[in-house]
Amino acid sequence: MIELAPLWLTLKLALSTTLILFVVAIPLATWFSGKKTALKVIIESIVTLPLVLPPTVIGFYLLVAFSPGNAFGKWLEQWADIRLVFSFGGLLIASVVYSLPFMVHPIRSGLSSLPPSLKEASYSLGKTKWQTLLKVLLPNIKPSLLTGLVLTFAHTVGEFGVVLMIGGNMPGKTRTASIAIYDEVQAFHYREANVYALILLVLSFIILLIMYSFNGKMKQVKFY
Amino acid sequence: MIDFSLQKTLSSAEGRLELDVKARLEKGQFISLYGVSGSGKTSLLRMLAGLMKPDNGAIIVNGTVWFDAAKKINIDPQHRQIGFVFQDYALFPNMSVRENIAFGLNRNDPRHIVYELLELTGLTKLAGGKVQSLSGGQQQRVALARAIARRPSILLLDEPLSAVDNAMRMQLQGTLAEIHRRFALTTILVSHNEDEIIRLSDTVFQLEQGRFQQRAAPTEFFLKRQDASVLTGNVVSVEANGSVVILLDNRMLRVDPAGQAFNIDDKVVLDCNNGAPSIRKL
Repeated sequence: MIELAPLWLTLKLALSTTLILFVVAIPLATWFSGKKTALKVIIESIVTLPLVLPPTVIGFYLLVAFSPGNAFGKWLEQWADIRLVFSFGGLLIASVVYSLPFMVHPIRSGLSSLPPSLKEASYSLGKTKWQTLLKVLLPNIKPSLLTGLVLTFAHTVGEFGVVLMIGGNMPGKTRTASIAIYDEVQAFHYREANVYALILLVLSFIILLIMYSFNGKMKQVKFY
Repeated sequence: MIDFSLQKTLSSAEGRLELDVKARLEKGQFISLYGVSGSGKTSLLRMLAGLMKPDNGAIIVNGTVWFDAAKKINIDPQHRQIGFVFQDYALFPNMSVRENIAFGLNRNDPRHIVYELLELTGLTKLAGGKVQSLSGGQQQRVALARAIARRPSILLLDEPLSAVDNAMRMQLQGTLAEIHRRFALTTILVSHNEDEIIRLSDTVFQLEQGRFQQRAAPTEFFLKRQDASVLTGNVVSVEANGSVVILLDNRMLRVDPAGQAFNIDDKVVLDCNNGAPSIRKL
């Protein structure tokens, strides 16, 4: 029996993660693209960690942190009445952490590829750093922004290890499509697993198709 | 009036350079900075604009302190009344010609300034176009119009005409002179081009190894230089009969080598002292 809930949950998780990361990653990427400092190198390494670590490692540590048996989880539960383990909120935070480099890196490299004179020209025209970012820098790295959005979305859709560790497999609450596939296979329901898998496959393909056709149209502008 | 005294240690691929310059410029002057690459010309402009922080010294413009290392004052580029024209133009590719120029305006500035500037720089017909589709000379005009949209008191030009051809260069020099006069600007131009310096500026500062070596009127400056009384050119062809063709100030000249051997691209000096012109290697 195919349920729509895992697909809906996956979509909701991926969209929320992408949206949150877009807002979080722009200031981070802007900061990273500036002059190198020791602190920056450390933070950048931390942001990149999810790229190299097995998802289960991140999932495990977040599970430990969120668990009400430990300091942070206990504090959250006592002061804010929030329990993050096996909940959508926990899943969302874990996804944000796990997909962070997929949003930050494209935006950062887009910003670094812009000639410094663009920013300086804007400053010399009396515009603040914020105005410069919004009106000059970001509009000129649209392909990088789109790449960040698409990669983050696709990556969150395909997430498995972190979701399983933090969210478990609670129907309607934390059972995403990738977990539903695993579940169906465990139960030898290959037909159902195939339907979920096929939907994810087609969805991912369409997303990449959209990204490449758009990025072809907005060729990176030539700088002189 | 602009008073500055600036020190900065610059490091580049060629090594370290101690920039140490001091000058007083009067309002309305058109200054040229002349000197070989790496002598610190661009760095000086960037320090005046607030894009590079000097190690020491001060900048005072019309009585206002823009920079003072001792008092830890360093006004942002945003709050210095400067117009900066970058060597690579630094136009914003996401904006049209008109939008690029309008970006230089403050919120309360009247919009008609943009149309005046378009007219002044001959860009009215291109106003709605993307900047990437413009020629080098046209881009240069946009950069110039954008830099003065904010009505700066100082215009800083970093080799603005180095990438355009000769005919366009002459035209742009005219526009520059007009802008300098009409907006009562104090202009500082970095240039390698003697002709341009003589046509445009009233004073030339020679920057060498990070220091001002000379300050003079342009004609005086270039006449006094050691190589001023000789004409130099390049060998472009060595003909079968032994004659050598040289390119000298955009003109070709055929000269008898008088027994000397020349190769293509040799730099030569032309002498006209005793009758027929003769050449020798530089």
